[in-house]
Amino acid sequence: MKKTGAQIFVESLRKEGVNTIFCYPGGATLNITDELHHATDIKQIVVRHEQAAVHASDGYARASGKVGVCLVTSGPGATNTVTGIATAYMDSIPIIVFSCQINTALIGNDAFQEADIVGITRPCTKHNYLVKDVKDLARIIKEAFYIARSGRPGPVLVDIPKDVTANMADFHYPEDVHIRSYRPTYVGHVGQIKKALKLIASSERPVLYTGGGIISSGASKELRRFSEMLSIPVTSTLMGLGGFPGDHPLFMGMLGMHGTYAANMAVIESDLIIAVGARFDDRATGKVDEFAPRAKIIHVDIDPTSISKNIKVDVPIVGDSRNVLKKMIELLEQEKEDFKDYPSKIAPWVEQINKWMASYPLTYNRTGLLKPQYVIERIYELTKGNAIIATEVGQNQMWAAQFYKFIKPRTILTSGGLGTMGYGFPASIGAQVAFPDALVIDIAGDGSIQMNIQELATAAQFNLPVKIVILNNRYLGMVRQWQELFYERRYTWTPMDYAPDFLKLAEAYGVAGYRIEKEEEVDTVLKEAFMNKKTTIIDVRIDPYECVYPIVPPGASLKEMLIV
Amino acid sequence: MRHIISVLVENEFGVLSRIAGLFSGRGFNIESLCVAETMDPTISTMTIVTTGNEAILEQILKQLNKLINVIKVIDFKDMDYVSREMVLVKVNATEKNREEILRMVEIFRGRIIDVSAKTYTVMITGDEDKIKAFLTLIKPLGIKELVRTGPVAMLRGEKTIKMKEKHGKGEEDGQGVL
Repeated sequence: MKKTGAQIFVESLRKEGVNTIFCYPGGATLNITDELHHATDIKQIVVRHEQAAVHASDGYARASGKVGVCLVTSGPGATNTVTGIATAYMDSIPIIVFSCQINTALIGNDAFQEADIVGITRPCTKHNYLVKDVKDLARIIKEAFYIARSGRPGPVLVDIPKDVTANMADFHYPEDVHIRSYRPTYVGHVGQIKKALKLIASSERPVLYTGGGIISSGASKELRRFSEMLSIPVTSTLMGLGGFPGDHPLFMGMLGMHGTYAANMAVIESDLIIAVGARFDDRATGKVDEFAPRAKIIHVDIDPTSISKNIKVDVPIVGDSRNVLKKMIELLEQEKEDFKDYPSKIAPWVEQINKWMASYPLTYNRTGLLKPQYVIERIYELTKGNAIIATEVGQNQMWAAQFYKFIKPRTILTSGGLGTMGYGFPASIGAQVAFPDALVIDIAGDGSIQMNIQELATAAQFNLPVKIVILNNRYLGMVRQWQELFYERRYTWTPMDYAPDFLKLAEAYGVAGYRIEKEEEVDTVLKEAFMNKKTTIIDVRIDPYECVYPIVPPGASLKEMLIV
Repeated sequence: MRHIISVLVENEFGVLSRIAGLFSGRGFNIESLCVAETMDPTISTMTIVTTGNEAILEQILKQLNKLINVIKVIDFKDMDYVSREMVLVKVNATEKNREEILRMVEIFRGRIIDVSAKTYTVMITGDEDKIKAFLTLIKPLGIKELVRTGPVAMLRGEKTIKMKEKHGKGEEDGQGVL
């Protein structure tokens, strides 16, 4: 039996097991929108701005591990998704953006609400499609899901003209995908893995440097086993947090620009960096020429382009982090004898790292006005890691990364690569939709939260009890901090005195609002707010001049940290 | 360093834009680019001449491979190959130099493909060195216009570029894919 494109679209989503989409309607979506009228099995979260639809599907994907799906209209609806797509692309998050397009016959004519979204998003998607014929629709959707979730995951955009959603075709959802030009490598080369183990055996100051690949490949168990077997200390990038327990004695904390003293010193002094699912981003490495100057480097990554891009690697291993770690563990177990004395051999190194951690822990000066770090510490103590934490971008993001101990994977949602302000709140909406009973907290700044504040309406409409903790310092704090440190305190453009009264704003949107001004209010208010079943804003008035420390000045080596 | 790369791609709309966008977005150079269908109409070959050091070339090859529509990437460096380019040159043909032009075209085994009262249009094919030599010699005679195709390349002997599908890269040889 023939079906319309809109019917094929909805049926294809069902075949992919999609039960949630984030959407915004327009003229070009109407055939699909109308078809979804009857689809009570697919939750449809209507946002207030298309950027938020993408971030929400991204947050949904990060929290659940499933592919996030959103649907928007043509022209401005489609162009509004670009920041969200670029965010997901930089962080390798599997989402599918369905954009509707004007009628095929009009494409290229500068028609009303026309934009060449396939052209616009080519450099920030893993792949994208324009569906020109309804006969191709099911196959393209199948391929889109496959491409988004396989290999190094990423966003895929599918542009569907309105006439394609009305035209009829037979519906067969393909069983398999066959793309002759796309075959990601999952299994690491055994010879390379053996070489890596040899290098490990001869090392004395090893460091495991892990990233988002641990999360996306689901390798946290294997990572922990591997690290514990050999007692190798672990440092993680922002994207890798939660991949290794934040309260584990072998965990040194985050490395890089705002990394811990111990992690950065360990990298500087190390004789072997074992990078797993991390990509040597400049925020992690500092000045590239002086990164790990004494170390050999083993690099495990599913994406060959990540290897030897920024740092020359000694033993490259292309493969899925989990698969490779599994194989390493297997080989270690076979060659137990060779590694029997390894932990005791590197004990002095671990001891040295413990000394660094004890002498220079993450800290802050608790005197004076309320400190943001204290607030984050209390959020951690009150939740014990049993929450999903989204962050915005800037100081709020770094304090969250430093002072909240992420115990489990998929509990931090943060725009690591692109650094998108306005990401956290819609992402926490996505996570809350995926896990209605979870405690989902967006750690925000007063600047970032205003970049997608309109989504309060979405959260309220769909009864999503997201907690927005605004670390309110009346500044664009991270930029202000750079102005303080590197531009002689000329606070140009960064004051945010003209912000709304967030409690009145909460009231206007019909959500709950709290304010914290002193340390002694923190626990009581947070506890009450976390129990509240409504969307909740917590306006926390913090010390406006608090800085994030340690900081490695931009372009400097990791050893040039400024600490408190 | 100058490299000739062949890229086998799906013959679909938008693929050229993906490749060109990759080069411009990542700051790689394209000296010349030549695209046409192969024997199999679903596949096109792009021959790209690019410049860059070893590390840049490695990134170019890997980034090209990463594109979903790219079936195969071949770097001709260290391979035994032939390459040819075609050039059309419109030369001032005065009474004095007509003979000289004809002689030159004959020596380089080119052809005159169009004639006017004041010009000859010369077609010449060859490898880089031959074309360079021809242009150096003809230049003093007065070139009015010049159009080049950019080179195309092929392996010497019986070897061919296998249309074999991308297999999981690195499965057999983790080093080879890098």
